[in-house]
Amino acid sequence: MAVPKFWRQIPALYNLEGSVCGCGALAFPPREVCPKCHAVGLKPHRFRGKGTVETFTIIRTPTTDPEGENIEVPARSIPYVMGIIRLEEGPRLTAQIVDARPEDVRIGDRVELVFRKLLEKGPKGVIQYGYKFRPV
Amino acid sequence: MAGIISWGSYVPRYRIKVEEIASVWGMDPEKVKAGLRIQEKAVPDIDEDAATIAVECARNALAVDVPSDPASADSSSSSFPSSSVSSSSSSSLPSPLAEHIHAIYIGSESHPYAVKPTGTIVGEAIGVGNDYTTADFEFACKAGTAAMQAALAMVRSGMATFALAGGADTAQAAPGDPLEYTAAAGGAVFIIGKDHAVAEINHTLSFTSDTPDFWRRAHERYPSHGGPFTGEPAYFRHVIASTKKLMHVAGTTPSDYDHVVLHQPNGKFPARAAARLGFTREQMALGMLVPLIGNTYSGAAILGLANVLDNARPGQRVLLTSYGSGAGSDSFDITITDRIVPVQKQIRPLQSYIGRKTYLDYPAYLQKVRAIQHT
Ligand SMILES: [Zn+2]
Repeated sequence: MAVPKFWRQIPALYNLEGSVCGCGALAFPPREVCPKCHAVGLKPHRFRGKGTVETFTIIRTPTTDPEGENIEVPARSIPYVMGIIRLEEGPRLTAQIVDARPEDVRIGDRVELVFRKLLEKGPKGVIQYGYKFRPV
Repeated sequence: MAGIISWGSYVPRYRIKVEEIASVWGMDPEKVKAGLRIQEKAVPDIDEDAATIAVECARNALAVDVPSDPASADSSSSSFPSSSVSSSSSSSLPSPLAEHIHAIYIGSESHPYAVKPTGTIVGEAIGVGNDYTTADFEFACKAGTAAMQAALAMVRSGMATFALAGGADTAQAAPGDPLEYTAAAGGAVFIIGKDHAVAEINHTLSFTSDTPDFWRRAHERYPSHGGPFTGEPAYFRHVIASTKKLMHVAGTTPSDYDHVVLHQPNGKFPARAAARLGFTREQMALGMLVPLIGNTYSGAAILGLANVLDNARPGQRVLLTSYGSGAGSDSFDITITDRIVPVQKQIRPLQSYIGRKTYLDYPAYLQKVRAIQHT
């Protein structure tokens, strides 16, 4: 990911900043247009960071990049767990589930937001930080 | 009086036992454990670093409903609007308290970047806005207390309403080095303010010299050290001189303190220093965490302080002395106030992190600390 793109995403990545429409619809990641009523002019909305595991998968063969760029940090240590998390406020998002052995993760587990490294652009590049979840 | 308004701590979930490391290198684990007085150490996950640790500590420190008792409501010297503080129970919520933090100082010997401040990552992640100053601190294991002294000075001078300071580390040790048994990960941060203190800082001072007992050259991955030279002329000289000087300035004697926290590179050094200074095992009990989590470097002494704050009672007096190789010690004379009681009920206690753990074998440990990795 290019540095300016990462920089623009910092509010969403660090603090789960999505959007809220005048009709009350919440969205994550933030949207320009309301997914429900198609209105524009949505406002930022910060999600609380609590949710449940809707489903998950265990990654044993990580994505690799021969140039060593854009390596997701967990890919250096396998296996790891990726989940679809349903936030308390409704929206769903995809995130790594940390602090849990793959065999211990269950659908329906309560999880909370944590702040971790997401990606490194090789040894010279910027470090991207952002949201992951861990069992409560 | 200025002091600590809130605090937050964090220790990663993973642990490795002395036995596991000793078995790889053909060492007698009982001898290692007796020599270092340590059982196991905390290991960071592969996606954790000093910045992520500092962020979790800072979010914990902000997840409190800051005191709004009648005494503080009519306090004219504070610009802190206590009525605007929400009762946030989630560590992810931006706290109004954060908006009044005007300085962030994080100490570490494992800042993720050589050039690019850790403090800006923390500031963004806790939502302080843009009206704050930050710079990263580095002084081996005492960078966290050096940061706290600078934060206190900013608050006392009126340049900051609140200042957030502390230390976080993912300490590195070369495989096979004796440091491998102790080099650990963790951190603690403190919000310093002029009023509303849960722990008033009565005095703080330092004792510093140019003593090369432990160092890491630029671009080197692992530190080097002077072996036994890290003891008498380094740790003991500075810890003892700084602590004695503090008690002289404060007009106190060892028995005046309910809790004493000394930097803990292993279990043996602080116990020996305490004996020489006249402190008892009981005084040291709450602040002595190294046997269970290892040496968290910039986090070590202040994690001990965080555990004291988690458990201390109003009126108790606390002495803290850090030590950083290179070398220096910072000492603090602290008095716990009545305000700590409501904050203790909301703070995520350090014991909740120390108590939950997953043990690693040596190959899994090497993966976590990236000594070996999937390409
Ligand atoms: Zn809408």
